[in-house]
Formats: sequence, C-alpha cells, structure tokens
Amino acid sequence: MSGRTGPGRRVLDALVRADSVVMTSLSLLCALAVGAVLIVLADQPTRTAMGYFLSSPGDTFTLGWHAVWSGYAALFEGAVFNPGNSGMAVFEPLSNTLLNATPLILGGLAVGTAFRAGLFNIGVQGQLIMGAICAGYVGFAFRLPPVVGLLAALLAGVAGGAVWGGIAGWLRARTGAHEVISTIMMNYLALYLLSYLLGVPGFQAPGSNQAISREVSDTARLPQILGPDLRLHAGLVIAILAAVACWWLLSRSTLGFSLRTIGANPSAARTAGMNVERGYVTVMLISGGLAGLVGCSQVLGTNHALTGDIDAGLGFQAITVALLGRASAGGAVLAGLLFGAFGAGDVVMVANTGVPADVVSVIEAVVVLFIAAPALIRSIFRLPESRGGAAGVGQFAKGWNG
Amino acid sequence: MKLELRTITKRFGSVTANDRIDLVVEPGEIHALLGENGAGKSTLMNILYGLHRPDEGQILIDDAPVSFGGPGDAKAAGIGMVHQHFMLVPVFTVTENVMLGHEPTKGLAFLDRRRARRRVTEISHRFGLEVPPDAVVADLSVGVRQRVEILKALSHDARLLVLDEPTAVLSPQETEQLINVIRTLRDAGTSIVFISHKLREVCRIADRITVIRRGAVVGTADPSASEGELASMMVGRPVRLTVDKVPAEPGEVVLDVRGLSLVGDDGVVLVDDLTFSVRGGEIFAIAGVQGNGQTEVTEALVGLVKPTTGSISVAGRDLGPLSTGEILDLGVGYVPEDRLRDGLVGDFSVAENLVLDLYDKPPFARSGALDLARIEADATARVREFDIRPPETTRAAGTLSGGNQQKIVLARELSRPLKLLIIAQPTRGLDVGSMEFVHRRIVAERDRGTAVVLVSTELDEVLGLADRMVVMYRGRIAGEVPAGAPAERIGLLMAGSAPDDQAAVPPGDVASAGVR
Repeated sequence: MSGRTGPGRRVLDALVRADSVVMTSLSLLCALAVGAVLIVLADQPTRTAMGYFLSSPGDTFTLGWHAVWSGYAALFEGAVFNPGNSGMAVFEPLSNTLLNATPLILGGLAVGTAFRAGLFNIGVQGQLIMGAICAGYVGFAFRLPPVVGLLAALLAGVAGGAVWGGIAGWLRARTGAHEVISTIMMNYLALYLLSYLLGVPGFQAPGSNQAISREVSDTARLPQILGPDLRLHAGLVIAILAAVACWWLLSRSTLGFSLRTIGANPSAARTAGMNVERGYVTVMLISGGLAGLVGCSQVLGTNHALTGDIDAGLGFQAITVALLGRASAGGAVLAGLLFGAFGAGDVVMVANTGVPADVVSVIEAVVVLFIAAPALIRSIFRLPESRGGAAGVGQFAKGWNG
Repeated sequence: MKLELRTITKRFGSVTANDRIDLVVEPGEIHALLGENGAGKSTLMNILYGLHRPDEGQILIDDAPVSFGGPGDAKAAGIGMVHQHFMLVPVFTVTENVMLGHEPTKGLAFLDRRRARRRVTEISHRFGLEVPPDAVVADLSVGVRQRVEILKALSHDARLLVLDEPTAVLSPQETEQLINVIRTLRDAGTSIVFISHKLREVCRIADRITVIRRGAVVGTADPSASEGELASMMVGRPVRLTVDKVPAEPGEVVLDVRGLSLVGDDGVVLVDDLTFSVRGGEIFAIAGVQGNGQTEVTEALVGLVKPTTGSISVAGRDLGPLSTGEILDLGVGYVPEDRLRDGLVGDFSVAENLVLDLYDKPPFARSGALDLARIEADATARVREFDIRPPETTRAAGTLSGGNQQKIVLARELSRPLKLLIIAQPTRGLDVGSMEFVHRRIVAERDRGTAVVLVSTELDEVLGLADRMVVMYRGRIAGEVPAGAPAERIGLLMAGSAPDDQAAVPPGDVASAGVR
C-alpha cells in the first residue's frame, strides 16, 4: 500500500489529472500577474506615488504600469529578441535562452522519466555532479583525438550519473530504502566528493589555489553551433535527441510500457509478471544517465572546467521543469525552454530596469505552485471540473458502490 | 421516522442519474434498494445525505419538506449512514471513534472519556450491538468494525439508517448477526434503507423492496417475490440464476500442490500443509470466509509469494524457481481478487490494460517496440467479444464500472491458450447481468479443457460452478465437499466447525480424494 501512496505516486497522479495545455498556460498567466504585483511593489517611484494615492491616483497606475511594462519588456529582450542589436548579436538573446535551456531540458527528462516509473528522483544534483566529474576527468586527463575525445567524455559522464542514480534504484529495489532519502544523501556525497577533488593535485588546475579543476581539452569540448561569438553549444542537440529518445521509450517501447505500469500501479505490474525491482534499477540508471548528460553539457560545453558550483541549482530546477512539463518528454522541452528564457531575460531585466532578480524566481515558483493546485486555477477562471464532482464529493461518493 | 422522496430528478450534463424517483420508507420498516451498479442508487443516497442537490423533487421527513445543504443537515435531521468502506480511525478505540465529531468535554477542553464510554455501552446494550468499548479498531474483525459504524450513526440519534452493501465484507455468520441487529433496530422504531445486490438476503430481511434501473424506479416488490422475478426486474430481461453446465470431463492432472505452507513475515502460519491436485476440464473451488489463506494460496500459485515449504507444479513443471512472468508464460491465467489493485492499472486505457501481461510478446511487440496498431486492433476485437461498455478502447479503465473492469481482466487472461486458470472472487461487486456473463465464460474455459481453480467467498457461486470443492479454514483444508452438498454443511465448515456426517472428508484424506 505504501508504494501506491508514496510522494512519487501522488505527484504523478496530480500531473496526469489536469488538462495540461490550458492549465499550464493559465498558470503561467497567473504567475506573470503575481510577478507584476511584485514589480509594482518593488518599484521606488510607484511606491512614492502610492504615498499620495488619494490626491492623484492616476500617478500610481501610470508608474506601476510603466514599471511592469519595462520589466517584462526587458525580460523579453534578454530572452528572445532585442531590437537594439544588430548583426549576429540579434541572435544573442535566443542563444542565451537555448544555452540555459539545455541542462534544464536534460534534467527535466531525468526527473520526469523517473516520475513515470513512480520514483521521485531528487538526486539530479548529485548525479549531474558525478557526471561532470567523470566527463571532466576524461576530458582533461587524456589527450584523445577529436570526436573520440568528446564521445569518451560524454560516455564517462553518462556512466557517472547512471551509476550514482542506479545505486539509489538498487537500494530501493533491494532494501526498500526510499529514493527520496537516499538520493538526497547521495547529493551530499557527490557535493563533498567534488570539493575534495577540487583540492587534489592533478585534478585541480595547476598553479591555482582556487577550487577549480583543469580545463577540458579542446577535443573533448562540445562544439559551439552558432559560431564563435555565440555560446550555444551542441549540448542542445544532445538534449533534443534525448527528448526524442525519452518520448519513444515511454510511449512506444515495451520497456517504457513496463516502467509506466510500475509507476501507475506496482501491484498490478507485479501481478502481470513484470519485475518491479529490476524496473526501479533500470529507470534510475536511465534517469541518472540523463542527469549525467546535464553534467556533460555544463563541463564540456558551457564552462570547460569544474567548480564547486557546477550544479548551480540545476538539480532542483530540473524537478520544477519536470513538474511543469508534466513528466513528459515534450513537456520537459517546452518547460526547459520557458525557464531557459526566464534565466536569460532575468539578467537583462535586472541590469536595465532595477527589478530585483528574485521576481523571476518567484514567477517560476508560482507557476509550479499553480500547476500543483489545479483546483485553484479552475476556481480563478471558473473552469468546469475535469471529471466527476468536486474531489471531496467524488471521494465520498465512492462509498456508495454506484 | 417516515421518509418520503418525491419525484427526485438529478441530471449530470446530458445524463439523467435519477429520473423522477419516488420512494417512501415507513417508520420501523426495512426498505431494500435493489439495483445494478450505475442504476442511480448512489446518486439518490447522496441526495438524501445532502451531498447533491436534486434538480427537481423534494424530500419529506415525517411529512414535512426538508432541504439539506450538506451531510451535517442530514445528520441533524436524524439520517445516519454506514458506508461500504468504513470511515473509522484505525488507531483509535471504539469509544474514541464513536465520539469523534461530537466529543463530550468537561471543563474547557478536556475530553470526557468516561461519559463517552458510558454512552457507547448504553447504546450497544440497547440495540444488542456488542462491541468492546476500549478495543482499538485496528484489532477488530470486519464484522465488529461494521457494528462500530452503526453505533456511530446511532449515537447521533439517527432515526433512519442507510446501510450500503453492508454484507459485502461479512462471513455468513457475521451476516446473520447483522440481520439480527437490523431487526432489533427496526423493532425499536428505526427505519432502515438496505442497499444490496444479493437477492437472497434482500428477500430474507426486507419488509419492502424497491428496484431501480437506469435511474428510475421500475417497481416495488414484496419479499415473497422470487429471486428470479427480482433479478429480471433489476436487469430488465429474464436472467438465469443457475449456471448451465454439463458434467465435467476431467483429463490429465494439470496443477499439483504438495504440502504447501506459507508463513507470514510475522511468523503467522497463513497456509498450513495444503495438498490438492486439479485436472484439466474441471473447476476446483476453494470456498471459505475471507482471510483464511485462500488469497495467499492463489498468490503462491502464480509465484507472487514463494512457498515456505512444499511444492507446486503445473503440467509437470515445478514452479519453485520460476518468476511470475515465467509462470504466466506456461499458460497460467490469473484473475486476482482485487482487480483495481492487482488486475488493472486504472489510469491506463482499456487497450493498454488488455495487454498488461502480453505487451512484450508477439504480435504486440517487435524487438522492443510496441505495435500500437496491433494492440488497438486486438482491443477493439476484445471489447466487442466481451461486450465491454462503453466500447471505447482509449478510455481510462478506472472510469469503467466494476463489471466492465472485470470483463477487461477476463478478456485479457482468456485471450491466450491456457492450461490453468486461477480466478479469485470473480464476481465480487458485480451486478447480476455481469455475474451471469462471467460464470458462462468460466464454464466455457473449463469445457475447453483448462483446469480452473476458483476461489470464492460466495456460497452460491461455489455451489453453482464447482465440480469439486474444498473449504479452507485458518489456512487448512477443513474438508472436501462433493458437488451438490447442502449449503448449510459448507457454511458450517466455513465457520470452522466440522460436521459429523460423511459429507466432509477429513483433511488427511483430501490428497487421495483429490487424485481420485
């Protein structure tokens, strides 16, 4: 019974129930509205105008509107298109958006795939760190020819993440240790292993007394795909391929069918002759491997060297992306792009308008909050229930054999 | 209390769940509400309990119109409900559960347990509802828990008690006790609405019977009406209550169980030294009250639990080292007793559920990829063959009625060549129409030469289907009974008292009797 009502299962339920596209768009709209309120409250001129609201209410609205408009306009300019740019710089906002989106898509796929098998993988952080350590090590320790060097580093990264995730899956299958606990603990292990390694000679950049690793050699780097001026690298291609692979796995393959069955109802899966324990290990290997690719994208593409904050919060943002994307592959791509755009626009918005960076974090959080509470969105927009009566009544009516 | 429902109509969108329903429950009357699943009984009772508002019609209590905004109003008006799934807090004592929601207090905020306990004892004596007031609910048997539920309703001064499928979870003995309690309550002036699909019970206990079909009252009947009449009223066409079958033609031994014992994690012996064999072309029934080891036996037969000692073989192949998947591949079909938990994935479509244990085999899969077109085509064919309604293969299985869910499980398990079919509680929660269908399919499978192991707590079902039967009691075979033995004798074996006559073979001889 505990397997059916665990957090993974409950989150999965909530995700499957809501009608995704409409609900997600409305949640986003609500989150932007909440963000607008915060921008108004944070804006000094508007606050001053509020001081004399009664004598001249128009000022408050004009200034508030201006603050919100310029804030969101800057967000758009930073993330999508800036009319002030020319030449290749026109593509800079999009490049930044896609660059940010790459690890988020991969991380979202990692969390989402595990969700589908009923496991809540909180350990993307640890798995991506292990992936980055392995990929980075292969990348700077061996001098390999082009292509081979990159493939070897990628393989090492995937393996590092897969093993780290697989251990949590194996613990769950073998001993029943809950993956939420074990992956959190393994996050710490990976984090401290990384800070230890960053002080070890041979791993640490030579001649540096800072916690930074040696640089990945040229042959192991993910090539930039929009020319040398834009930072976007081939990690995006890997992310898209991974998304297609995940989609195929979950909706078209026999393995995916058994994983989904295990996630939706482990008792029925067992009764139908599926090996639930093996499924747990398999999906955690896959999930960890995808998280390892996040590490690859960061250390082979974006940064070229390991630092203590290689994770940069990606491990936990991946959970948000998976939730927003409703644990589907396509959803992870769209949610990754959205959050990637937020991340890129955020920088410009702060620089140009003085709107605090926290606003974007709040918007991201509020989107997911609304998605997790579909009843709230339904009542705001007066949408009908997706099926049956209100949840409470539906629950009650079950007692009545119907 | 006199309850009158007048032309109650309730629509959900285009669906009319209740269509001008009239119902009168006289004071001190046991009124049975009979109807198939989905006939509208639940909607009607939810209206009565204030959970839904009727679109038309009114509710009268003692000839005065009332209007309920919620269950609180209904309770205050003297309506009590005992739900099919108990609403008790397992870790609380009986007293605590009964006083929950209207706790007597002393001083500012201290619970007055003594007063609550006194009240529990007083009500339980008045109505002959024996309960241990200080026992923790989790430790009580199902029958006693139900009494606690009734007590809870009575402690709110309920003058009309609604019982929803109250006997579904009870043993024959517990059912007897419940019937006595209900009669005592009636004699004390309480009105009773008794919802059930068990015709025999309804005829025994009810003073009046109202039959509902497709949201409308199709008629009222006297308890003297025959079961056949009631069944055809309920279903809307003549129904055969007995199972048509020719005598079995047993073939080779397919299933051979020797000295099977299962010990639970806590050291409790669940199954104790069971030996029996089943031949192809016969239905071997294991009767018994729920919880006497039958569930564990079926789980052991398909490898979901490993025997502590003993051996099981199917067609000469020892199951010991095999996984559940491998056992199913030998040609073993399994219909688990809890279909929503073990037999189906509620969120999956009908089509996906129809291949739940075949998804990775040809023709549904090729080198690791699902053949969605084949799965869909197969599903369409099965839905037609088994008359699964609504006939939509993409619909989530969890939204179908119990009978149609069971048809999905049956359709899946019977869609491949079987040597052995293990089927547990095949008609639990099903209406008469589906029941008839399921029974016919089981007999048809037997006639194809499949060995069938039927586990059921329903006496009628066992008597109607079995070619041979044993009764399990406390993990042991209490006796083997020949087909056609009187129901009372089996009832006694189920209750654990071995009768003196020769109808029952002593446990030691079951093995020889089984091989014949």
